[in-house]
Formats: sequence, structure tokens, C-alpha cells
Amino acid sequence: MKETLLSNCERDFLLQAIAEKKRLDGRQTYDYRKMKITFGTDYGCCFVDLGKTRVMAQVSCELVAPKESRPNEGIMFFNIELSPMASPTFEQGRQSELSVKLNRQLERCLRNSKCIDTESLCVVSGEKVWKIRVDVHVLNHDGNLMDVASIAAITALCHFRRPDVSIQGDEVTVYSPEERDPIPLSIYHMPISVSFSFFQQGTYLLVDPCEREERVMDGLLMIIRKNNSSLIEKVKDVKPAPQGA
Amino acid sequence: MSSALRDRTGEVLLPGDEFSFDTDDTISLTGPVKPEKVVCGPGLRRSGDRLLVCKSGVLRHKPPNMFWMDSQQRRYVPAKGETIIGIVTVKSGDVFKVDFGGSEQASLSYLAFEGATKRNRPNVQVGDLVFSQFLLANQDMEPELVCVDSSGRANGMGVFGGGGLLFTVSLGLVRRLLTPHSEILSDLKQLFPCELVMGMNGRLWVKSCSLQQTLVISNLLQSCDTMTAQQRRELFRRVAQGAL
Repeated sequence: MKETLLSNCERDFLLQAIAEKKRLDGRQTYDYRKMKITFGTDYGCCFVDLGKTRVMAQVSCELVAPKESRPNEGIMFFNIELSPMASPTFEQGRQSELSVKLNRQLERCLRNSKCIDTESLCVVSGEKVWKIRVDVHVLNHDGNLMDVASIAAITALCHFRRPDVSIQGDEVTVYSPEERDPIPLSIYHMPISVSFSFFQQGTYLLVDPCEREERVMDGLLMIIRKNNSSLIEKVKDVKPAPQGA
Repeated sequence: MSSALRDRTGEVLLPGDEFSFDTDDTISLTGPVKPEKVVCGPGLRRSGDRLLVCKSGVLRHKPPNMFWMDSQQRRYVPAKGETIIGIVTVKSGDVFKVDFGGSEQASLSYLAFEGATKRNRPNVQVGDLVFSQFLLANQDMEPELVCVDSSGRANGMGVFGGGGLLFTVSLGLVRRLLTPHSEILSDLKQLFPCELVMGMNGRLWVKSCSLQQTLVISNLLQSCDTMTAQQRRELFRRVAQGAL
């Protein structure tokens, strides 16, 4: 379904409210919405709520052959699914522009930051490595999907336990959870993204935009940091100026 | 059967509950026997000689013989004669396409405004809000809207909306607001003076003296959807004290 048009009345009201430093739900400029993180029964399953935006992340693993260019490293695979449950504008199966953008940003956030030690995922060099797959499902879209997806993904990775393996000569034994306790992944740090939205050609700035604020914003800046120390990535996304503006 | 229905008025019923003619309903042989008529409203369906409940909710009764299920829903299904708030999305030739939150967009002819002729077109832009009613609303057919009533008068309908805020609530709340002596509305009147347009598709438009008051009213209405009357009065009282 095409995105419903935002009426002129709503757009004018939102911009005027932002100019008067007021947000729809009474937050201040730098306030985040209430965040809630819950875990599912399986290892690696977590739900993150930010206000009304709700996202679920699930981590799974399997043994595969490694990439030829990197025989000693495990493989990480990220995927964000925009479920039609989240918003009437999301269609099942179709790779929309937003979906491609979110996938790319999540990859930059988690892969380039090297938060997971991929060498520890190697079982037999050149033959068998662990492939860790992170699936993020968006259950409800009320703005700021990227922040919530990044939090859900890294939390699920920290929660996840992979099966224990032992190698005796040429034999590799994978133990089930009943035989030996599964072991956690080795994670160096937790990269989290924070989104800033800009209005009126950069005059006003809001953190954690909700869905209606996202519709009237001019551009979005995402900063991905770890542990209050170093900056990992800065992603800028500017919408083209509306015709006739 | 209507006695069985009347007994269960106010109870929560689920789809699958049924009402049938009891075999031990006694019919008097001496006095006159009046056939009883039961009018089924939304949520009740007749199937043979039984009455089936097809939506979960509370059974309501309006004397003399009208029964219906009062259920909570956010997704609007168009019905003839209901007034809604729509957003004009496309302006093409003779018709406007209006989005009202349903599965398809409704069409609104440019002649369906008060005083509109072929020469004198109404001033409607894409993105404007219109308050109109359904002329035609059948399943699987494109719904049609008009901004005049049957006598050709606007009667409050048409384009509106500078300076206010549009937001969505559940359909049940709008119906409660539209009842003749609505408690929520009378509580709201004592709080702030405001202009309120209620669309039966769950959309409300509110405009008050200042932006802050408009925001407060919209947040109040959205939150009192799921509150009991007492909690709501408590909340309104707290806001009144804070505002004054």
C-alpha cells in the first residue's frame, strides 16, 4: 500500500510545534521514549520496545564452510524484516527502499565495528566455521527503527549461546545443550546508534523521532558509538527538498 | 428469544455464542400472541432460526427491540451515512480521491459541495482535510463521499483545518464521544475551550487557544480510551489543577 499522505494541517502543526520546542508526546529535545527490553525463552531471542516501536531479534547459528578469502573467520549474517504487521506501508516480500537502507546501516553498525570476535567462531580452519545469523523483525513502526534494531541485535547477540564443540584429531563433536552447557559469543563491545532528526533546514534538532516527526523531517543523522569512548560511524541521510518548497 | 437476549444485556459475549428459540417457551393459548421481532445490529447475525454472535464484545440493548454487540476496533469499515474525516490525496479532473483509513480510497466529486457548479469549483488542495459523509459504501466497491446532505446544504461538512492537530483513536471512543450526553465531552468542556471535529473513522481534529492546550487535549483523548470513568475524571482533575 502506498504511504498515506500526511495532511497539510498535520505538517504545519508539527513544524509549528517544533519551532515552539514542543513535541507531540511532551518530550524535550533530547529525551528518549521509554525503553523496555525483554527476553524470550530461547537463547538469542529478545524484544525491544521504544515507546510504541517494537522490534524482535533472533540469533541462530549453524556450521558451514568458511569464505575462501577468510578461512579462519566465522560468518555473520544480518537481516532486517519489515513485517506488514508493523505498518500498512510495508509489503510482504518486497524489498522496499527503507528495507535496503536499514539493512545496510545495520551491517555498517555491527560488522564494521568489529564488535564480535569472528576468529573465535572458527572450528576447523578452512573447513568448518560457525555462521551466526541475526534476524531482526520489526513488529510495530512508530519511528526510529534503526536505533531499536541496533539495540535489539546487539542484545540478542549478547544473550545468545552457541553449542560447545570439541576437536579430537580429525573428529569434531558438537555437544547438544543437554550434554554440555552452551557457551556465549565473545563480544568486544556494544555499538549503539543514536538518531538525530533535523527540521527546517537544520534549525531544529530532535532525538528519537516518532513516526510523524520522521515524516516531516528534512534529514537524519545517526551516530554509532561504543561505550562512551570512540566514534564508530556517522551516517547522514538527507531527503531531497520537497517540490515547490 | 428476546427475553433471553435481554437477560444477557451487558455481558461479555464471544463469537460462537448463540441464542435460539427455547423449546420451553410457553405460549399462552387464551391471550393474544404477538410475534416478537428482534432487530440485529452489528456483531449479531441470523442463521436459520438461531442468532449468532460474530464479534466479541458487550451486548447492548435499545428498547424496544434493538440489540447489538459493542466491540473495540481501530480499523474502520465504511458504512453509508457515516461522517468521516478524510485526507485528499489526488485531484484528477472531476473527482478527488480521499483517504479515510480504509482498504481503498473513496472518491469525492467536485460537484458534491455546497454551491459548487461546473464554473464555480470548490477550493480543495491535495493534503486538505475534508469532513464528509458516505453516499455509497458497499463491500468490494469503491466508496463514494459527498460534502452535502440530501437537501444540498453543507451542514458543517466540507474542507477545514487550519491550525489544529489530527490524531487517531479507537472507533469505540469516537462513538462514545458522539452519544447525545457524552460524559467525556462534558468533562472536556470544563477543562479548555476547544474546537473538535470527530470522524467516525477514528480520526479526531482538535484546535484550542494555544499549541500547548491543543497538545494536552489530544494526549488526554488518546489516553482516556482505555480508562474507566473514574480514572478519567481523576486525570482531568489533575490536568485542571496543573493548568490553572
